[in-house]
Amino acid sequence: MKAVDIIKNGLVKENPTWVLVLGMCPTLATTTSAINGMCMGLATAFVLLMSNIVISLLKSVIPDKVRIPAFIVVIATFVTIVQLVMQAYLPDLYATLGLFIPLIVVNCIVLGRAEAFASKNNVWHSLLDGLFMGLGFTWALTLVGMVREMLGAGSIFGCNFIGDNDGMLLFILAPGGFLVLGYLMALVKKIQKSNK
Amino acid sequence: MNLLNISGSPHVHSDESTKKIMWRVNLALVPMLLCGIAFFGLNALLISLVSVACCCLFQWLIEKFILKVPTTVCDGSAVVTGLLLAFNVPATADMIWLVAIGALVAIGIGKMTFGGLGKNPFNPALVGRVFMLISFPVQMTTWPTVGKWFPMTLDTTSGATPLGIIKEGLTHEGATVQSVIEANDLPSLTEILLGHIGGSLGEVSAIAILIGAIYLLCRRVITWHIPVSFIGTAFIFSGILWLCDPTQFIDPLTTILTGGIMLGACFMATDMVTSPMSKTGQLIFGFGCGLLTIIIRNWGAYPEGVSFAILLMNAVTPLINRWCTPKRFAN
Amino acid sequence: MAKKAQSSLINMLLSLTIIAVVAAAALAFVSGVTEEPIKQAQIAKKEAAVKAVLPAFDRLEEATIDGVACSKAYDANGELVGMAVESKSSKGFGGNLVAMVGLDAEGNISGYQILETAETPGLGAKANEWFQKGNKGDVIGKNPAGGMKVKKDGGDVDAISGSTITSRAFCDIINNAYEVYTSFQKGDNEQ
Repeated sequence: MKAVDIIKNGLVKENPTWVLVLGMCPTLATTTSAINGMCMGLATAFVLLMSNIVISLLKSVIPDKVRIPAFIVVIATFVTIVQLVMQAYLPDLYATLGLFIPLIVVNCIVLGRAEAFASKNNVWHSLLDGLFMGLGFTWALTLVGMVREMLGAGSIFGCNFIGDNDGMLLFILAPGGFLVLGYLMALVKKIQKSNK
Repeated sequence: MNLLNISGSPHVHSDESTKKIMWRVNLALVPMLLCGIAFFGLNALLISLVSVACCCLFQWLIEKFILKVPTTVCDGSAVVTGLLLAFNVPATADMIWLVAIGALVAIGIGKMTFGGLGKNPFNPALVGRVFMLISFPVQMTTWPTVGKWFPMTLDTTSGATPLGIIKEGLTHEGATVQSVIEANDLPSLTEILLGHIGGSLGEVSAIAILIGAIYLLCRRVITWHIPVSFIGTAFIFSGILWLCDPTQFIDPLTTILTGGIMLGACFMATDMVTSPMSKTGQLIFGFGCGLLTIIIRNWGAYPEGVSFAILLMNAVTPLINRWCTPKRFAN
Repeated sequence: MAKKAQSSLINMLLSLTIIAVVAAAALAFVSGVTEEPIKQAQIAKKEAAVKAVLPAFDRLEEATIDGVACSKAYDANGELVGMAVESKSSKGFGGNLVAMVGLDAEGNISGYQILETAETPGLGAKANEWFQKGNKGDVIGKNPAGGMKVKKDGGDVDAISGSTITSRAFCDIINNAYEVYTSFQKGDNEQ
């Protein structure tokens, strides 16, 4: 397997959000604004990267029968580290995302990559896979967040462009998350199809 | 590809077509439109025009440029959606432009996403309406009050609907339905029947709605099952509540004549695409709508629940269809 | 590639124990490093809220009155210039509403800041701006003695359009804060 394939897989071909459709809970819950989506994506990317590296290193010493608990302990450790660090140095962000950070532990994409990739490949490839899967997740969440913020609050990354008016509130509420995700998914599929 | 279709008898051809049905529905909506214009003036006319024009335009654009299929704007279904959407919003000047967004959602999300007329699981006009209610809560709950007849002006005073006022009033300690009605000088039953009350365009005049509904019944565009079971359930359920505690619940007659029950039961719940096919199914559907409406009105966050009730029942329509399949003809 | 470890009991026990111990050690370290900054951040957040709602002061004194956390603010001469109360109401549309309410020495509202809210975006969530100085529902400078009420209930506060319930909860918060303030005043006079 070539490094460039792994990069392509993570960002586009097997993008966690658009293609694998994993990790939908944070995707829907945290994308109320572009910045929230991006930070959630980056936090997940960090956990993915670190857990992929560690699990790939440990793959030969973890017996098969206990691999899932071992993976979960590794993942939970990194998630807790992210949580503590964010709480200490980015308290404002933590106030909005705090609830969802611990949920990264059970985000299918993290365990999924550990199981499907890191436990079978070498460290270098696992590192690339973790990083670019994470970045693929990040750009997807940022895009969803951007569209929702644009339509729902009339701003992009906090820069308001509609003055005192309200946006279409539905888009920053839960149903808007489903709508935007669905339409963007259709759009991405269409673009991928026409590129083939 | 030509396929020879062989189906069981009877081979009866009726001259019904989507186009004919839809235009009949449009005709049935005319009394309400006139009534709305009589009560709310120019705003009502403008909102209806913008809504219908936008629905047709968006349908045409989507069919032409995204789906790339021959256009079906002429079948009148977009006009029905447009009119119903307009009838579901308050006739204020704010709405003239907001209704265009509602039209885009109704046609784009509510209908064309699923493949167009006949494939949409939810009533498009209601999708548009609920979208607007959640997105623009302030504008969507600022209702023009009805003043004199034929107000040819764009500025109207605003207030809550009778249902909203009562719901609001009941949150005070010691308040009863009667005290709230007296304190706010709410309209009498005759006024309600004629439509001389605040509310959205199409829900004000029960008589205008009934004229349209009777026309549709005579033309066999709709059957009596859904409207009767919807309104009946609402009447009986609210009646039971009213008998239990007349100080906290609105009497059943006022219940069915105010808000959107009439409009919803006759024109929105009866939408052929999104309601069950069999008669039994339609009775269940109407029952569910009535029950949910009263539950939402009395215990929900919103004073009115017709659109949510119908949408929720739309969602279970496929299940109802599985439950009670229409009987085969010769069985 | 190294040979995969067998799933024997001893192997499983060992690997899991070692992973858990290393993870615990790593977490203990990170927790130790971040403990102080987290505390600082929480204090800073609260102080920022207190500063935002009170007139200029020199010294703060933390206190708990009637079970409610509040900060008494004094100027250089030791005169009370105001009091910030962390006030709460459970009557919000989305549940609890918590705000830092600042009252000056006369008991007038000198400022407020919503700390916790679960109100609907675009409606009740506007509370943090709506009642500020110069805005539609401006309450700054008003005295809540006798109870604050929205106009619909016969008071003089302009409710947020479309969110009477949130506005009522907000009045509730102000009234609760004022109660704490008066019971402090009473206690102070008795001393």
